[in-house]
Amino acid sequence: MMESFEALKVISQHRGNAIIVATMTAHLEWPQISTNPDLDLMFSGAMGKASSMGLGLALAQPDKKVIVLDGDGSLLMNLGSLVTIANMAPRNLIHFVFENTVYRITGGQPIPAAGKFSFIALARDAGYANVHEFEDLESLENNLETVINQVGPTFVCLKLLPATERPPFPFVRTADIISRFRAALQRSSH
Amino acid sequence: MTVTALTAHRVLDELKKCGITHIVWLPSSETRFMDDAMMSQHELTLVGVCREGEAIAIAAGLMLGSKEPVVMHQNTGFFESGDSVRGLALGLRLPLLLLIGYRGWRRDAPITDSAAIFTEPILDTWGIKHYLVETDRDVERISMGYKEAHETNKPVAILIGREYE
Repeated sequence: MMESFEALKVISQHRGNAIIVATMTAHLEWPQISTNPDLDLMFSGAMGKASSMGLGLALAQPDKKVIVLDGDGSLLMNLGSLVTIANMAPRNLIHFVFENTVYRITGGQPIPAAGKFSFIALARDAGYANVHEFEDLESLENNLETVINQVGPTFVCLKLLPATERPPFPFVRTADIISRFRAALQRSSH
Repeated sequence: MTVTALTAHRVLDELKKCGITHIVWLPSSETRFMDDAMMSQHELTLVGVCREGEAIAIAAGLMLGSKEPVVMHQNTGFFESGDSVRGLALGLRLPLLLLIGYRGWRRDAPITDSAAIFTEPILDTWGIKHYLVETDRDVERISMGYKEAHETNKPVAILIGREYE
């Protein structure tokens, strides 16, 4: 099992110029780690919809990698998006889910059927091109470069230690960074 | 004067005139007349979704990536998508055109379907302007709505008042 913050550090090392869509735990932790904040979309405002936002960005910008940092409770709110994403088959989308088995942001309540189902099985059966699951930091570090360079859509489940306290970092409102994000996206498209 | 039914090619032509690139949609009875024409053309990319809230978020991503999507679904689906409409379309001030199948709407008979009864009051409460499109004579309201959305940086709804035949 991993700590989310440590897993995000590894993702950051391999991120390159990818667009990041981060929600829930990652929403709070990623800004402390990111080296390219202009292309970070800290996503709030529509619970569970980070994967859908990532799909829209991936379809709009097929030459850029789009990395979604999703929560397990968050994805459960929008499971149909696995089918939608697989159907549209964006080659440039990498969808991480941070499986900590709790709603960390609201106090650590368990998600439904915690530990009784497999996210990678759901993603595989939905039709993602690649699915991966990592239980420790070392295997994530050793394999992430290969995973990120696969032709997507790619799904990666990270097994995390349950955490009951919110990360001690400020909340970034999506509305407050949207202009910066949009401008950076336009600049990087030219 | 004969009233002309709303036809798919007129709606699609109007969307193309606006520069629309994607239709993010979930089928409904009221927009059934569009399906064959949509699926047999290649200028507009279709993005089928499993639930309507997804559609708003996908459209938001497309817009941030400089594309011009519309979302098309039924009024019941609009209700389902409420949190995404609130937090994304309104919260991020996105000029998103919503084509909403107006289930239960009747011009010449009492409206008894709660889907129709609540549609316009909810749009009004959220400050989303809306225009009714029933026939080909109304189709330019789509362009009008698109223009208004961009002038105000807010979503605008086009209510499709055409029952599946």
